[in-house]
Amino acid sequence: MPKITYIEHDGKSHTIEIANGLSVMEGAVQNNIPGIDADCGGSMACATCHVYVKEEWFNKLPKKEDGEEDMLDMAFEPKKNSRLSCQLMVTDQLEGLVVNLPEKQV
Amino acid sequence: MIKTDALIIGAGPTGLFTAHQLKLIGLSCEIVDNLDKIGGQCIELYPDKPIYDIPAIPECTGEELTNNLINQLKPFDIKFHLSERVEEVKKNKENWEVKTNKGTEFSTPNIIIAGGVGSFEPRKFSPKECEKFENKSIFYSIKDKSIFKGKIVSIFGGGDSALDWAIELSKNSKVNLIHRRDEFRGAQATVEKMNDLVKSGKINLFTKYQIKNAKGKDNLESIEIEHDNKEIKNIKTDYVLGFFGLIMQLGPIANWGLNIDKKTISVDTEKFETNQSGIYAVGDICTYPGKLKLILSGFHEGALAARACFKLARPNEKYRFEFTTSSKSIKDRLGIKE
Repeated sequence: MPKITYIEHDGKSHTIEIANGLSVMEGAVQNNIPGIDADCGGSMACATCHVYVKEEWFNKLPKKEDGEEDMLDMAFEPKKNSRLSCQLMVTDQLEGLVVNLPEKQV
Repeated sequence: MIKTDALIIGAGPTGLFTAHQLKLIGLSCEIVDNLDKIGGQCIELYPDKPIYDIPAIPECTGEELTNNLINQLKPFDIKFHLSERVEEVKKNKENWEVKTNKGTEFSTPNIIIAGGVGSFEPRKFSPKECEKFENKSIFYSIKDKSIFKGKIVSIFGGGDSALDWAIELSKNSKVNLIHRRDEFRGAQATVEKMNDLVKSGKINLFTKYQIKNAKGKDNLESIEIEHDNKEIKNIKTDYVLGFFGLIMQLGPIANWGLNIDKKTISVDTEKFETNQSGIYAVGDICTYPGKLKLILSGFHEGALAARACFKLARPNEKYRFEFTTSSKSIKDRLGIKE
């Protein structure tokens, strides 16, 4: 199972094995990682599973759909490397992915 | 003080169908919702998105589902209290006393929380300095547009609300429109109109900028905005408007002594009752082993919670299960003449 690292805003790091097919958001929620709210449950409707992806990883990920960019307009402090973690599906290609969590989701 | 057999908090699909179930079994109910319209997440988050897993409805949008549920409630006279948020819940002998932010008071033996993920509130600017000016110079909705006349107004956002207000206010104010990227998600025609106004100098457009700071002693004087490339601009402004949509906040529900974990309320699966007798939770806001956050689960949960309400609302009567196809009393309640 690919290992994904979530780094909280205060620097606390969590590396977790997540089964292929789950989203990076679901991996966080199921493992009680603080800092990902995912209010809408993964329907790309709330922008509360917002993460920052390190540049080298950002370009390797499948591109954003329009709807994701629209939702990121509403996220807390979006940046160029922002993604919604509910839209990042875990595959073997994501082994070693590191995501940074924003200060808060709302 | 309004007396009712059951008070439903939340007018989303689960709250609406729960009201239907209560009325079918002969109980009265009223519904409170913080939004200004009926439909909850269905209407606020995905009115146009098709839903494919409502039993016996192969496909419908959030708006269609809401309209159908409202139609289903037509035989009943149900009072909705929209744009009101329940603030206080207190036990008084057999009943719960409930108070909203607008001062409406209810006395009821049963409260059914069908609150989704909480009440919808506007998303706010992140810099802490903005709080100081909130509701004075910084707004997230507009009640009286006349205050902007002849003033400098800086509008943030990329959707229809931001664009519509930029266009409207550009008639009588100096408008800055600021958005974090080049694309706007507003309607095509609105985006074109805005672009025309930018060309004719009626709107100053700043893209790839976000708010960084708000400055001023007592009154707002200027804001700092930061470009993707870290360049910072200082803009003089009298007012700032932010249109970043709505976010769901659990809000006062957290203070009612309920078992809450990760924004959901623990319930049993017989009555969907919380740890407080006479307070039930149904739909997305409740949790129990095996809980699925589906609309259809909310319908089931509401139907069972409604039966549980009967016991407290009619302590001296016995609830008798009946089918809508054959029950004379249910047909009477539905106003069906044979």
